[in-house]
Amino acid sequence: MTSISLIAMTSIIIAGLTIAIGSIGPALAEGQAVASALSAIAQQPDEKNTITRTLFVGLAMVESTAIYCFVVSMILLFANPFWNYALSTVN
Amino acid sequence: MNFMKIGQISPDQVIFFQYYFIKLNLTILFTWLIMALLVIGSWFITRNLSTGPRTGYGQNLLEILVTGIQGQINEISRQKAGRYMPFIGTLFIFIAFSNLLTVVPGYESPTASLSTTAALAICVFVSVPLFGIVQRGLIGYLKQYIEPTVFMLPFNIMGEITRTLALAVRLFGNIMSGAKIAAILLAIIPFIFPVIMQLLGLLTGLIQAYIFAVLAMVYIGSATQIQAKTQAEPQSNIHKKNDH
Repeated sequence: MTSISLIAMTSIIIAGLTIAIGSIGPALAEGQAVASALSAIAQQPDEKNTITRTLFVGLAMVESTAIYCFVVSMILLFANPFWNYALSTVN
Repeated sequence: MNFMKIGQISPDQVIFFQYYFIKLNLTILFTWLIMALLVIGSWFITRNLSTGPRTGYGQNLLEILVTGIQGQINEISRQKAGRYMPFIGTLFIFIAFSNLLTVVPGYESPTASLSTTAALAICVFVSVPLFGIVQRGLIGYLKQYIEPTVFMLPFNIMGEITRTLALAVRLFGNIMSGAKIAAILLAIIPFIFPVIMQLLGLLTGLIQAYIFAVLAMVYIGSATQIQAKTQAEPQSNIHKKNDH
């Protein structure tokens, strides 16, 4: 197996694993956050604006870990530095 | 005109126009287009403002936008919006427009490039100490780095840097992922489904613009608020209620 095919295979597998494992935690956390925000709105409908805004900001915070994983997998797939290096040594 | 290929991760890589060493990529081009659109549009609308009962459509739209942003800033920072309005409002309107214009075919959002989002995040990074020093004075601002103890100093500085990084990568990742997912789906299921994902992308784009502006305001608000006042306020409210 040449180094290029090895790099390609590893990158693709790791990209899939990154986004798969990395999205589990934020998905559970976001579900929890939305559920508690909904129950808070049900209890205090007057505070709806504040709760919604805090919810959005919190969701953005929680989501950022998943976004990092996504960016890493996108870099592995589309802008892989190791792949470019291996190509340049071949040529 | 060159379009973006699926293998290209950012519109920086697409060269629109090249004259010897001067390169014009799609990010710069569309940033300029949005800036021109916003400046010309707001000049055109604010050219003849009226205070009478009959106002134009454009003035109505801008009034809703400006009062909405003002209200949000007031609620978040519990200060007058005037000083923060130009910065936060510009951030929101620029990001919202650059995300919403993806409905135009051939358009690539400049916020799908890490350079644009990093520039915006650095603007926030610089403006936080600026507003903080203007509001609280140099010593008052620097003092919050050693609160509650001196040992928190490295963590406070690290937090300042990582939240800037998070701000840039969050916007970039969301917008870039929306564009990429639509492109990948177009290759797999060409009918109807990519349209739904594009609609979802519009919603995500607007929410991300809102989140970017709100987070910038939260960071500025936490650097500018004066501690003693905010602690004293709730107690005085309770006293007032008891008096009644």
